[in-house]
Amino acid sequence: MSDDAILKVRDLYRTYDISGGLFKKASQLTAVKGVSFDVERGSTLAVVGESGCGKSTLARMLTMIDAQTSGSIEVDGLPIDISKTGISKDMRQKVQIVFQNPYGSLNPRQKIGHVLEEPLLLNTDMSAAERRDMALAMLEKVGLQPEHYGRYPHMFSGGQRQRVAIARAIMLKPKLLVLDEPVSALDLSVQAQILNLLKDLQDEMGLTYVFISHDLSVVRYLADKVMVMYFGEVVEYGTREAVFENPHHDYTKTLFAATPQADVDSIRKRLAAKAA
Amino acid sequence: MPLLEIRNLKVEFDTAKGAFKALDGVDYTVDAGEVLSIVGESGSGKSVAMLAVMGLLPDTATITADVMEFEGGDLRTLSSRERRKVIGKDISMIFQEPIASLNPCFTIGFQLAETLKIHTDLSGPERKARVLELMRAVGIPDPEGRVSAFPHQMSGGQCQRVMIAMAIACSPKLLIADEPTTALDVTIQKQILDLLVQLQQESGMGLIMITHDMGVVAETADRVIVQYKGRKMEESDVLSLFENPQHTYTKALLSALPENATGDRLPTVSDFAEAGGF
Repeated sequence: MSDDAILKVRDLYRTYDISGGLFKKASQLTAVKGVSFDVERGSTLAVVGESGCGKSTLARMLTMIDAQTSGSIEVDGLPIDISKTGISKDMRQKVQIVFQNPYGSLNPRQKIGHVLEEPLLLNTDMSAAERRDMALAMLEKVGLQPEHYGRYPHMFSGGQRQRVAIARAIMLKPKLLVLDEPVSALDLSVQAQILNLLKDLQDEMGLTYVFISHDLSVVRYLADKVMVMYFGEVVEYGTREAVFENPHHDYTKTLFAATPQADVDSIRKRLAAKAA
Repeated sequence: MPLLEIRNLKVEFDTAKGAFKALDGVDYTVDAGEVLSIVGESGSGKSVAMLAVMGLLPDTATITADVMEFEGGDLRTLSSRERRKVIGKDISMIFQEPIASLNPCFTIGFQLAETLKIHTDLSGPERKARVLELMRAVGIPDPEGRVSAFPHQMSGGQCQRVMIAMAIACSPKLLIADEPTTALDVTIQKQILDLLVQLQQESGMGLIMITHDMGVVAETADRVIVQYKGRKMEESDVLSLFENPQHTYTKALLSALPENATGDRLPTVSDFAEAGGF
């Protein structure tokens, strides 16, 4: 695999203990079963799969929310195993995450300016004036206005809140950004704006994305490489062209067949079948 | 005579800042055996229109319409008691969140039988048989075993099947599905859409599909109404809508689909709004 990989994951496992009840024995559930992959600097890896396939568990391990049971994660040359070494400020600055629901991921009683400054306050020694300047510059960068600095999250639309969440995630100039279904709660036209923003930011800051999604049309638009997960295992992994044009695993084929086709030919075919 | 005919429907909500117009003079007609899709973004009033038909809007809403008829009967003058005889029997509705729409305290068998108890004269054992028949029709495996299951013991897709079974329990003439697959995975979405279209074709009922997903429109609709900010932007059959969209807003919606991306950037609706003006 390539040398310029910013993220190297080898043989990653995560097991959860399910506590027993009065009539049930305690058992174990393996959410991620031996996943290995590389992500190159400045590229986008899309992780696709249905609910319960382990894609969010993977995101939690990459962002150091959860520790892996076994296997290794290496971000920009730095090995990560929080159950043994804990988390340093250095590690926190390398990986950040944007969550699916922009209504749930912002504190309703925290002003936007403070939302953006908090990562700097916790992880750097910047003065208040420097933090404020950086927050204002960041607002502009994600397409918001300086006057939004003192406003509260409820005064924003869903798309604007997702911009704030993205701004917060890139405040520390991370190497790797994990995006957990960042556009699935948004309207189609707003989704297009956010996808454009993500592309611009990637070009400008050389960000690397791990993009988790179940929407194949978005994946096709954004991803360089695609990884399909099914019941905790990787069933398909390759470049976007290879996966979309020549899927090997049955699950990937099912997934493609289930995606609604919005082109004129498919509509014609459906109407013809219906008339017959 | 159309199954459902609505002319010049207006819905206003009283708010602290004065009246808010959610719908501003929109017409809807649905024939028996037809699939009408109402598509629009959040705030376009697509759900409000059908909630007005069902009488499910809160008291703060003021509903006016020139015509609002179901099978020739005026829906505007119905008392709540009369309306309840129509709703759930001749018109029924499926909502977006299947798990939230079911009562967690009762088994799904009980909840399915409840609809039958209210709207039909079937005896207890007959109802039980009909419940099993319905569960089989919507493709729930092992109906005899699942009939005594509680909603939390079933997956989201299974719960949506139960909701569909409940909606078709009394063989409605019109089924309104409000974003029936938005909370579901793609593979499950496909199954549910196929099921709805199959049931619609077998029974010849009218189906109104409310959605924001152009893919769902393409897969199910005969006719499409595009709404934006409480107004109708365009109405046409599904093929001409995708082949030759007339309104700028429809063009904007279609080009914002990632699969239609031509260049490096996706055009957004606001790009079109500046150029086209709507």
